[in-house]
Amino acid sequence: MTDLDRIRNFAIIAHIDHGKSTLADRLIQFCGGVDQREFRDQMLDSMDIERERGITIKAQTVRLAYRAQDGKDYVLNLMDTPGHVDFAYEVSRSLAACEGSILVVDASQGVEAQTLANVYQAIDNGHEIVPVLNKIDLPAADPGRVKQQIEDVIGIDASGAVEVSAKTGLNIGAVLEALVQRLPAPVGDAAAPLKALLVDSWYDPYLGVVVLVRIRDGRLVRGQKIRMMAAGATYEVDRVGVFTPKPKDMAALGPGEMGFITAGIKAVADVKVGDTITEERRPAAEPLPGFKPSLPVVFCGLFPTDTADFEHLRESLAKLRLNDASFVYEPESSAALGFGFRCGFLGLLHLEIIQERLEREFDLDLIATAPSVVYKVHLTNGEVVDVYNPVDMPDPVRVDHIEEPWIKATIFVPDEYLGAVLKLCEDRRGRQDQLTYAGTRAMLVYRLPLAEVVFDFYDRLKSVSRGYASFDYAVDSYEEGDVVKLAILVNAEPVDALSIMVHRAEAESRGRVLCVKLKELIPQQLFKIAIQAAIGGRIIARETVSALRKDVTAKCYGGDISRKRKLLEKQKEGKKRMRQFGKVDIPQSAFFAALKAREN
Amino acid sequence: MTADAPGFGVYVHWPFCVSKCPYCDFNSHVRSTIDETGWRDALLRDLETQARPFADRRVTSVFFGGGTPSLMAPATVAAVIDRIAALWPLAPDVEITLEANPNSAEVARFRDLRAAGIGRVSIGVQALDDDALRLLGRAHGGDEARRAIAAAAAIFDRFSFDLIYARPGQGLDAWTRELGAALALAGEHLSVYQLTFEPGTRFEQLRRRGDIVPLDDETADAMFDATRAILDAHGLPAYEISNHARPGAASRHNLGYWRYEDYLGVGPGAHGRLTLGGVKYATRAERAPETWMAQVAAAGEGMAARDVVAPADAAREALLMGLRLTAGISPPRFQRVCGTPLDAALDPRGLARMIEGGFLRRDADGTLVATPAGLRVLDAVLVEIAR
Repeated sequence: MTDLDRIRNFAIIAHIDHGKSTLADRLIQFCGGVDQREFRDQMLDSMDIERERGITIKAQTVRLAYRAQDGKDYVLNLMDTPGHVDFAYEVSRSLAACEGSILVVDASQGVEAQTLANVYQAIDNGHEIVPVLNKIDLPAADPGRVKQQIEDVIGIDASGAVEVSAKTGLNIGAVLEALVQRLPAPVGDAAAPLKALLVDSWYDPYLGVVVLVRIRDGRLVRGQKIRMMAAGATYEVDRVGVFTPKPKDMAALGPGEMGFITAGIKAVADVKVGDTITEERRPAAEPLPGFKPSLPVVFCGLFPTDTADFEHLRESLAKLRLNDASFVYEPESSAALGFGFRCGFLGLLHLEIIQERLEREFDLDLIATAPSVVYKVHLTNGEVVDVYNPVDMPDPVRVDHIEEPWIKATIFVPDEYLGAVLKLCEDRRGRQDQLTYAGTRAMLVYRLPLAEVVFDFYDRLKSVSRGYASFDYAVDSYEEGDVVKLAILVNAEPVDALSIMVHRAEAESRGRVLCVKLKELIPQQLFKIAIQAAIGGRIIARETVSALRKDVTAKCYGGDISRKRKLLEKQKEGKKRMRQFGKVDIPQSAFFAALKAREN
Repeated sequence: MTADAPGFGVYVHWPFCVSKCPYCDFNSHVRSTIDETGWRDALLRDLETQARPFADRRVTSVFFGGGTPSLMAPATVAAVIDRIAALWPLAPDVEITLEANPNSAEVARFRDLRAAGIGRVSIGVQALDDDALRLLGRAHGGDEARRAIAAAAAIFDRFSFDLIYARPGQGLDAWTRELGAALALAGEHLSVYQLTFEPGTRFEQLRRRGDIVPLDDETADAMFDATRAILDAHGLPAYEISNHARPGAASRHNLGYWRYEDYLGVGPGAHGRLTLGGVKYATRAERAPETWMAQVAAAGEGMAARDVVAPADAAREALLMGLRLTAGISPPRFQRVCGTPLDAALDPRGLARMIEGGFLRRDADGTLVATPAGLRVLDAVLVEIAR
C-alpha cells in the first residue's frame, strides 16, 4: 500500500481529436510504463473499434511511477475515460474516482462542446483542473486566445496552463509536475470497512470479468469475501492488481489506490458501474453516493440478414453483453424481417458501435430498423405504458396522450454557420434556451425532442457547419407531444418494420417522402406493387411500382449458357438479400435507407 | 425433324466483322487483314482435336456464327463442312446454317456458299428502313437488304432473317408497318429481337451519357404483343421468345441449345456443352482471336476452360434454356438431357406462385410451359422457380 500523500488520481478530459490518447501515451512512456518495443499508439484503447475510430469506450486505469522534483516517488493513477456523451454516466463514475483532471484543449481549435460537458462534470465532482494546451507546435496554435477562452467560457483560471505537444513529447514532465503539486492527495481510512467504487468492468476471455475499482476506505486483498452493495451479490476475490499498463498482481489495494480485481464473476451484467464494493463480514454502513443503473434511450430492431443466423445472433448478443452491460436486448419477431431482437442503447454512437462489433467480431450480417425512442403512452384508463417499438403502439382510441423524451443539447459553432444550425434546430422542433458568444464562436443551448435527434441530426449538423459544429446532449425530460404512428403498407399489408413514430405536423411529408424513396428502392417485380403511407386508417401517400415488363427479349448468343446461369445465380443471390412480403420482395437496404428520407 | 433423337450440333465461330455495330456485345473483332489459310487450318485443327472423344455421335446441325461468317472464303466454309462430314456421320436432314450480312459483296458469295454445303442462311437484316439501319450502324441499306433476302430465297433451301425493334423513337405503327413489309419478304423463319443496351457497347455508353434514350417500356411491350399477334396470323408463330417459324421450320441448331442437347464449339469464344460418360462438360474457348490461335497452335484446341457442370447446375441450365421455348419442357426429355427429374429442379412454392400468377402453365402430361406473360419476364420467373 502507498501513503495517501504520495498518490495522485487524475482523469483526462478532452474533446474528440484534441489529443487525449496521445497525451496518455506520452505520460506512460515518460514514466517508463512500457519500453519502446512494446509501445503502440492509443495504448489504452484495446478494442479494434476504439483504435480505428480513435475513441475510448471502456474506462482504463494506468498506475504510473513518477519521481518528482522534490525527490519523492509518487504513484500517479491515470484514469482514461470514454469521451462521448453516450457514455456520460460511465464518465461521471470515472471522474468520481479521481481528485483532479487534466483538461486537454487543442491550442488552435479551442474549447468544444464535449470539453465543456465533461469539464463541468469534473468540477461537479470537486476536481482540481489542470489545463493543458496541446498541439502547441502547430503553426495555427494560439495559446493566448485559447487560455482566454478557457477563462471566459469555462470560468477557470488558465494562467497556469501547461503548453505541450503530445505528439513531439514537448513539456510532458511539466504536466506530471503540475499533477503532483496542484492535485490534492486522496483521503481515506485504511482501518475502516472496505468501501470501493466500481468504476467499470469488462469481460476477458482468460480472466473472466475484470472489475476496475477505486478504494475509498479499507483494504482489498486476495481471498477476501466481498459484496456488491446495490446488486447484493457476494464473491471471493481471486486476484488483485494494477495496470502499468500491463496487469501486475498486488498483495492488496488500500485507500486512494486504483486497480483491478477478478472474483469469479461470470457476466458484466452482474457488476454495475457505480456500485459500491464492501466486505462481506464487515460491511460499510452506507454505500458511496451516486449509484444509478444506466438506462438505454435509443432502441432499434436487429435482425439477421439470413434468417438461419438467428441462433448465431442470439449467442453473439449474449457474448457481447458479457462485455457491455449497458445495452439490453429481448427477442422480437417481425412479419417482414422474421426473428430478431429489440435492442436498447445509451445513444446513437453506442448503437453504431454494437452493430459494428456484431458484424465485425461475430461475422454477422444485420438489418437494423429505424432507431426509436421510448414514448410514455398515457391510456384513457389512466395506465401509462412505455413503448419502445412503433409496432407496440396501442390503438389510438385507447390513447389519451403521448409523452416523448427531450434533450438539452449544447452546440458550439463558428459564427458563419450559426444561421444554418439555428434553422436545423428549429426544423427539428427545437426550443432555444441560450445563445452566447465566446470570441467568434457561438454557444447554443437548445432543447430538442430526442426523436428528432436520433436519426441524422449529428450528420446534418456536421454537414451544415462543414464539420465545425460540436455537439453534446443529455436526456432532460418527458413532454407531451402530438406523436402519431405512420404505417407503411405494401400491397395493402402493413410492413411492421417500416412503421415509424412521427410528429403529426410532419407526418404527411414524411409519408410522401417514404413512399417515393421506397419506390426507388424496391425493384420492379412480376407483380404491380402499391406502396402506401397511412396514419390510423387514413392513407396519406401512395406510389406504385409497375410490374416488370420484359427481361429476356434481347438477342443473345445461344451457346453461352454459363453466362445465363451465372446471371440467374446472381439474381437468386440478390433475392436472398431481400425480404419477402406477400408477393413482394423488399431489399434489406430499404428498411434503413427509407427511414433516412426527409424532405430537405 | 425427328422429335426425340437427341441432337448433336457443331458451332463454328468466325470472329471478324467489317465494323463493330454499336449495339453488339458479341465476340467480334475488326482486323485489316486476315490470314485466311491460317484461320482455316486452325479451325480444322480445333475441330479435329475436340471431336476425338465424340466420334460416336451423329451431327444434326452445323452453325457458322460470328462475327460475320459470310466474310469467310467459301473454300474455308467448304473445308470445315467437309471435315465435319469426315469426322462424323451427318443426319439425313442435317441443317447447315450460316449467318450472313445483306451487303451486296457478301450476297455475291451466296452461290459459292451454297456449293460449299450451306443449306440455310440467317441474314442480319435488322431493319428495312435506311435511317434505322444508319442508327444501328449497319453497312447496308434497305434495298440492299431486300435484294439479299430475294437472293437467299432463290439460292438456299431455307432462310431466315433478323429484325431489331423497339428502337429509340420508333412508334408502334411504324413497327407494325415495317413488320408487314418484312413479312412480304419472309420465308419459313423470322427472328425478331428488342434493342437492348448491353454493357460494353457503344449504345450503352451513349445511353449513360443521355445521348440516346431507350424506347419506353409501354411501347416496347405493346410492340412485343403486336409482333406475336401479327406473326401468328401469318402462320409464323413464336416457337421461342424471339424466334418465329412455320411448324417444323424452327432452327434445328438453336433448338438444340434450348433443349440443352450437346453441341461442340469451334473457334474463338465458342462455347460447348458435351456429355461424356454421364458427365456434362462446359467448354469455353479463348475469346481474343490471336490468343485463340496461339492456344490452338500450342494445344491443338483453343480451349480456355473445360469444366464439369454439376448436376444441379445442369438442371438450372436445362430449365432456363428450355422455358424459352413455347413448347416448354417435357419432363422425360428434361431428365434425359440433364439427369435430374424436372420437379427436383423446381422450388414448389415458387412454382405454385408463378402458376397462380399466370406466368407458367403445367400441362396434363407434366410439361412446363411459360405463358406469353411469363415468356417476356422469364429471368424473373426463373429466379422464383429455380432451386
